[in-house]
Amino acid sequence: MSKKRKKINYNKWGYYFVAPFITVYVIFSLIPLLSTFYYSFFEYYYAQGGFIKVGPNFIGFENYVTLFSQGIFMKYLGNTVILWLMGFIPQVIVSLLMALWFTSFRLKLKGTAFFKTIMYMPNLVMAAAFSMLFVQLFSNTGGLTTLLMDIGVIPETFSFVDNVWPTRGLIAAMNFLMWFGNTTILLMAGIMGIDDALIESASVDGANSRQVFTKITLPLLKPILLFVLITSLVGGIQMFDIPFVFTRGTGGPQGSSQTVMMYISGLLRTSKQYDMAGTASVVLFILTTIISLICFFIMNKDEISEYREERRVKKEMKK
Amino acid sequence: MNKSMILKKMRFVDKLPLYFLRFFIYLILGIFAGAIIFLFYTLFVNASRAHIDISKGFSLYPGTFFTRNFQKIITQENLFVLEGIRNSFFIAFISGILTTYFSALTAYAIHLYQFKGRRFIHLAILAVMMIPSQIAGIGLVTILYSIGFVNNYWVIIIPAIASPATFFFMKQYIQSVLPYEIIEAARVDGSSEFRTFNQIVLPIIKPALSVQFIFSFVASWNNLFIPSLIIQDGKKRTLPIIIAQLGVSDPKNFDQGARFMLMFLAIIPTVIIYLIFSKFIIKGTTAGSVKG
Repeated sequence: MSKKRKKINYNKWGYYFVAPFITVYVIFSLIPLLSTFYYSFFEYYYAQGGFIKVGPNFIGFENYVTLFSQGIFMKYLGNTVILWLMGFIPQVIVSLLMALWFTSFRLKLKGTAFFKTIMYMPNLVMAAAFSMLFVQLFSNTGGLTTLLMDIGVIPETFSFVDNVWPTRGLIAAMNFLMWFGNTTILLMAGIMGIDDALIESASVDGANSRQVFTKITLPLLKPILLFVLITSLVGGIQMFDIPFVFTRGTGGPQGSSQTVMMYISGLLRTSKQYDMAGTASVVLFILTTIISLICFFIMNKDEISEYREERRVKKEMKK
Repeated sequence: MNKSMILKKMRFVDKLPLYFLRFFIYLILGIFAGAIIFLFYTLFVNASRAHIDISKGFSLYPGTFFTRNFQKIITQENLFVLEGIRNSFFIAFISGILTTYFSALTAYAIHLYQFKGRRFIHLAILAVMMIPSQIAGIGLVTILYSIGFVNNYWVIIIPAIASPATFFFMKQYIQSVLPYEIIEAARVDGSSEFRTFNQIVLPIIKPALSVQFIFSFVASWNNLFIPSLIIQDGKKRTLPIIIAQLGVSDPKNFDQGARFMLMFLAIIPTVIIYLIFSKFIIKGTTAGSVKG
């Protein structure tokens, strides 16, 4: 009896220990998030260079109507998705190939530790500085641009930063370089987690390496590929540092590399349009939440069913 | 017998292109690794060259201006690089400590105590892990502006206490390494729960703490979006903000050698940390995301 009482006493420490985490989360993330939702229904900005405060006046869904009728939000969202896809598609293909090569018993590659170390390295580099490095190398007077012109790879009149697709391509290339090592390592861990016996028995049954890949490796890698896809998409939607520094805050030629986060930051920084910035981030939030929740339910199947089971048992015990 | 013949045949056919395949693969790996090494090497080379030499063209050999560029960027007026490094380091260091400590504390509580609402809290933290932090941050920035509380480090540092991703890594780690008997023994010896955590649990989970500290430090060191909205005062700016602001200006108007030196100063610390701990960092990448 006394033992039981003691146990209950210990458990109250659980509340004390999670309290700081929960409090900080509520104050610094949850309340701001809810206030963003709230103010997206208000007219709330500073006029005349930030001196005259307008609002907050309730205007219902007008901000949302403005956001979508202006058309620039959809354009910037499109830019963001294009930039993300241009980096992500090659990233998954290259990472999958490299993960397969690194884990292949048949190839027996040497020096994989070296390659892995080098390829993961850009992931920890400051994106703003990395992007600035690319500006220095690929601007019209930049080192690599002039070098490529001298060799004759690109014509004398070519410009990386004044054309739509070269600019997008370089931004995508930076994202690719920063993330393909990380993805390779994740996929490698996934491949190494696959039971060798499965692949062996398939080969004994006469499956060739392509069949082994499409029928065994790929289906079993699905959860990790999904994880890579979702984390990359959530990060990609928030893309800011690299395009901002690379286009010097202008959004590139004809605004073709202006991302949604750059648009929002411009609204906050220069014109203090809290209402429109909030509305844009609510739309972005809803988009990412829908995507993330789908992933969350797929990835945490076990925990959710455990939680449901527990509640079911409790209900039955009450009866 | 038929089967072994097929196997023999396959081996012969498979073996022949293996050398070619290997050569091809090494070539591709070499290109990627070479490109990355090249980028870091140009950064170093150009950080050591004078402005005129850089504008003349490309070089593979380092110059003699390394210390001069360093002094130039450090003493550059209105840029406050030295303050930027100090601010970035201060914010990243404190954030790293807060993130790892409180994530471990929370993970430990969820793991050990059977309090009411435990499973709900656990699920809630896992769910908010997916919420993009920058979007939540926009609301915070708006609130801070409306109450006029900007230009302050602590509104960047304090939110680091609640880091769902670090919590998730810690939970996985604590689950796999922490023996319950040790906690029982500490209780029998009369140690308070808080003291047990600090003096017994923390040393056991040290490997995970250090990896998560590095991740958190690097993320904070590189963080641009929210700090750039909160901090405007020149001397309070962090390194990424300085880089972004210098990046927005025309590259022709600024000493290129000094510019490369600034990038060098921003990038090299994380690269050195990475090269020392790469084994643990690469392991830490997969610790939370890959189950089993």
